[in-house]
Amino acid sequence: MNPIDFRGRDLLGIEDLTADEIRYILDAVPPFKEISERDIKKVPTLRGKTIINLFFEPSTRTRTSFEIAGKRLSADVINISVATSSVSKGETLRDTAENLHAMQADALVVRHSAAGVPHLLARFLPSPVINAGDGAHEHPTQALLDLYTLQDKLGTLAGHTVLLVGDIAASRVARSNILAMQKLDMHVCVCGPRTMLPMGIEQMGIEYTSDFDDAIQGADAVMMLRIQRERHGEVLFPSLQEYAERYCLSAERLRRAKSGVLVMHPGPMNRGVEIAPEVADGLASVILEQVTNGVAVRMALLYLLLGGN
Amino acid sequence: MEILICGGRVIDPAQGIDRHLDVWIVDGKIAELGVDIRAPLQRASGDPRPAPRIIAAQGCVVAPGFLDMHVHLREPGFEYKETIATGLAAAAAGGFTAVAAMANTQPVNDTPAVTEFMLRRAAAVRGTRLFPIGAVSVGLRGEELAELGGMHKAGIVGLSDDGMPVMNPRLARRAMEYGRMLDLPILSHCEDHRLSASRVMHEGIVSTALGLPGVLAVAENVMVYRDIQLAALTGAHLHVQHVSTAEAVDLVRRAKDKGITVTAEACPHHFTLTHEAVRGYDTNTKVNPPLRTAEDVEAIKAGLQDGTIDVIASDHAPHHVSEKEQDYTAAPAGMIGLETSVGLSLRLYHAGLLSLAQLIAKFTVQPASVLGVPHGTLRVGSSADVTILDLDYACEVEAATLRSRSKNSPFLGWHLRGAAVATIVGGEVIFERL
Repeated sequence: MNPIDFRGRDLLGIEDLTADEIRYILDAVPPFKEISERDIKKVPTLRGKTIINLFFEPSTRTRTSFEIAGKRLSADVINISVATSSVSKGETLRDTAENLHAMQADALVVRHSAAGVPHLLARFLPSPVINAGDGAHEHPTQALLDLYTLQDKLGTLAGHTVLLVGDIAASRVARSNILAMQKLDMHVCVCGPRTMLPMGIEQMGIEYTSDFDDAIQGADAVMMLRIQRERHGEVLFPSLQEYAERYCLSAERLRRAKSGVLVMHPGPMNRGVEIAPEVADGLASVILEQVTNGVAVRMALLYLLLGGN
Repeated sequence: MEILICGGRVIDPAQGIDRHLDVWIVDGKIAELGVDIRAPLQRASGDPRPAPRIIAAQGCVVAPGFLDMHVHLREPGFEYKETIATGLAAAAAGGFTAVAAMANTQPVNDTPAVTEFMLRRAAAVRGTRLFPIGAVSVGLRGEELAELGGMHKAGIVGLSDDGMPVMNPRLARRAMEYGRMLDLPILSHCEDHRLSASRVMHEGIVSTALGLPGVLAVAENVMVYRDIQLAALTGAHLHVQHVSTAEAVDLVRRAKDKGITVTAEACPHHFTLTHEAVRGYDTNTKVNPPLRTAEDVEAIKAGLQDGTIDVIASDHAPHHVSEKEQDYTAAPAGMIGLETSVGLSLRLYHAGLLSLAQLIAKFTVQPASVLGVPHGTLRVGSSADVTILDLDYACEVEAATLRSRSKNSPFLGWHLRGAAVATIVGGEVIFERL
């Protein structure tokens, strides 16, 4: 594949990436994964670069992952956590972007509870903006690390079937993954209560069934999603008990799947709700590998966007 | 002061006129419509009257003054977004000789004092006329009737809780009964907002892709149906504001067939843009009711064609740039429209969808008839409110040239064909680009 120049670009969503660009990013990951396996996990690639993690929403995994990724490449990483309130919205967003630009930040990693905030910031910030999750819209680095994990385990992506289960409507992980998987010719199925299905998803060429026991049989990987109750503002199912009965990935349900099926979860997990503890910790689970790969994928991205050499 | 508008194509749907005529204006009134009017030009040498101003309107359309029956002028209370003076200046530049201003000011126009304040402010502008709309309920809270009779005496021409639809159906019924008694139409923003978790954009495939919370088309449809039922029950005049769904158009069409007193308006953005425009999160595309699907747009155009939709109104809703620079969910809904309404609507004429007479009627006699105001015709003896249009006037929508204090338009950068080139109110030229 010919080299693709990502320098200076934003990563606002999988929507903006072509299949070739996704493949190119995935192919760039292995050397960065190797760095994390060394005794001394640091290379000078991004020395002198400043990366700002601007998180308007609480996050442990993603923020830490970006921070570690930046630091392993020798970038200076600054974390800013802003409690989301009406006061911290408004012109402040634009001001924040322009102030960070004035301080010569080389990249901004942003998470916000509202869809479109990275796009707004990118309009005012010439350096790369990386979307680390915006509302129910996209979480592109999560999709990239999920694809990398799938490719690593399955050998190839095209033709394989992934089943996403749970709160599809509120999930940015689901949106980014659906877009990415379709671009790479994977087969995507979704499963969950009808109340958690976004309008028009069938028009996106995705198969839906509410019957988990049925849907799990054809899957090469099952990705469980957390119930995003903080985004609902209303009750979408009768009780957690009933939800778990229908949509928890239990050991018994997992037995209906193909042998070799992969169990994935973007975290944080609610053990006993959408996933049984013994499944999360079981042999089919690649959940912690997703986390490990997340650091490597983000290193590769920072390298590509910041033009390290 | 006299004006003689010469050589234009006069289209006055109220009188069924469409021919080349001169229009003679004397003392603020239409004095004569006629072919080749000579009298004011051939006065005896000792005649003390000053020579009339001649407006050469060859190649232009001379229409009754346009009325935009749905605008938000933000004064009192939100003068940083718009004032009555800047809003009326924008109206004049857009070709409007009159506007009807909604009640969601601060304080709300729910008392005669606020109505009188708005009229005083407008009178001081000496430009486009202002017809105030009174709130249905105190504070737009939907709990108890506002001072409807008092406001009626003060000069309101319609009742509306626009933006905060009356959710309580019992209060909606009483408002219609009372409105009928006062001979005031109920202008209804039809939306059951309990059906949507929040009011951000049309709920459909684009909201799914963008991860934004949606407003269901059904939220509008059920309310249109409720209000039509209440209009049939009470005999009130229901005017459905800013129809945005195909089903709502059809509900209005069927209600009219049954003889129920219902009229409807559509906004240019609802027949020009679809929800696809929201991609990219430009907050200037956020509006309530939201931009909907291509099928809805087609249904609105069909409704305009077959007369189901009587009126084109802009729902001019100014918001300050700092408010629109928030994220899409937090930004307030609404877009300005007074200065783009005519240009966008003329696209329907240029595309062959509406005749000029049809189009002009939706800006003149039809909204005037909904509000029961003496406006929208060039009948001899009526006030000389005239809009002169150049159907091919080319202009780009630019923030710098908009008169409105706010610039929140999704049409910035658009090239429009056709505009008002002169706006005359009571015999005074209040705007011209001749």
